[in-house]
Amino acid sequence: MFAIMKRLLSVLVLASAFVLGAPVQADEAQSIASGPQFTLPKDATSCVRDTSFMRRNHMNLLLHNRDETMHNGIRTKKESLQGCINCHVTKDEAGKAIKVSDPKHFCAACHEYAAVKLDCFECHRSTPDTPKDTANIPNIPAHANLLAHNASLLASNANSSGEAKALGTFLKGVAQ
Amino acid sequence: MNNTSLNNTSLKDVYIEKTRRDFLKKAGAGVTTLALASGVTLMAYPKPAEARNPDEAVDPSKRWGLLIDVNKCTEDCTACVTACSQENGWKLDGNPGIDAQWIRKLKIKNPKGGHEQTFPVMCQHCAKPPCVDVCPTGASFKRADGIVLVDKHICIGCRYCMMACPYKARSFVHEPLSDQKAHAPRGKGTVESCTMCVHRVDRGDQPACVEKCASDGHGALMFGDLNDPNSDIAKRIASYPTKQIRADLGLDTGVRYSNL
Repeated sequence: MFAIMKRLLSVLVLASAFVLGAPVQADEAQSIASGPQFTLPKDATSCVRDTSFMRRNHMNLLLHNRDETMHNGIRTKKESLQGCINCHVTKDEAGKAIKVSDPKHFCAACHEYAAVKLDCFECHRSTPDTPKDTANIPNIPAHANLLAHNASLLASNANSSGEAKALGTFLKGVAQ
Repeated sequence: MNNTSLNNTSLKDVYIEKTRRDFLKKAGAGVTTLALASGVTLMAYPKPAEARNPDEAVDPSKRWGLLIDVNKCTEDCTACVTACSQENGWKLDGNPGIDAQWIRKLKIKNPKGGHEQTFPVMCQHCAKPPCVDVCPTGASFKRADGIVLVDKHICIGCRYCMMACPYKARSFVHEPLSDQKAHAPRGKGTVESCTMCVHRVDRGDQPACVEKCASDGHGALMFGDLNDPNSDIAKRIASYPTKQIRADLGLDTGVRYSNL
């Protein structure tokens, strides 16, 4: 009798665990079915090509354009990385553009989902460029240090002969 | 009475000279036309770099260059360095060993006489660039219009080009970066240097250093097409003595110096 009750109890515990766990599994299943979560631009119909093409080939467009721009100076706005970034911007609650380090970023959402490493933003910025971002750049005091460094190099070169030699030695010495 | 009239004349002359200079400064800063009255415009300097159609490739008949008048450059002015930093988004962290070296000001002194001069040094955009010769991946390259660049997509960060450059004009990015300027991508593990503001040149503007030197500095920098005999820079090089730094290396630099 006691053994039967014990078995019933364990069945009950198992069943309740299944019922409690079920919503979690359903959520996971739903998110897998619906794919990565990202925000489309307001005017999502006007991408440079249709969605199915872009899903498979956006990297080829970017690769082609990157070489054309870098080596031949061709800077068409259409199909440029800057164009993508400016249109596919996702903003946070404060209205600030979010960076690629945030999984809500348009590029990051898919790339994280598909586990494909994204190299573009090692060098390129992942948000639209605004003049405000560069307001506080100048930090020239270090330049004054460089001039002082140059002066000390000059002092050590004081015995060199002739203007040309001084310039040559000097330029060589600057980065040492 | 004579004195009064002379004074009046000289004051007027001073005024004209001042407005003329202001006008030239503005013109040098990229203003191409000046509206005199409604419907009447005065053509000023043409833009040195004509804007290409964005879908046209660079013109190999051109060779962009800079001419730096060392006599006009003063020690206390860093307008060109600041402009470059703002335009391209690099910062100095006070560590000359690893700081960006897009443009820096040098001071030279003749040890015999003690005469000192300061001037900016940046990538000299050589016609025969040693950085391109040594690059193992083809990342370091010379564009058809003479601008020497690093293609960071294929740069592996070996830094041979930094060793090869006699002007120490290149630097390496040691730390991860974010919020770069959209037109000047820079990233950890790649080499970088002055691009002669290639993004500005492509849209028909002058490099940032040249523009800032004209507006806030002393007008010591001139930009233009070395191959075009009618360009201001070519005319100046044809009529005044100019130097290339380490001309003995035979690299045929695109950056020239006068009064050095």
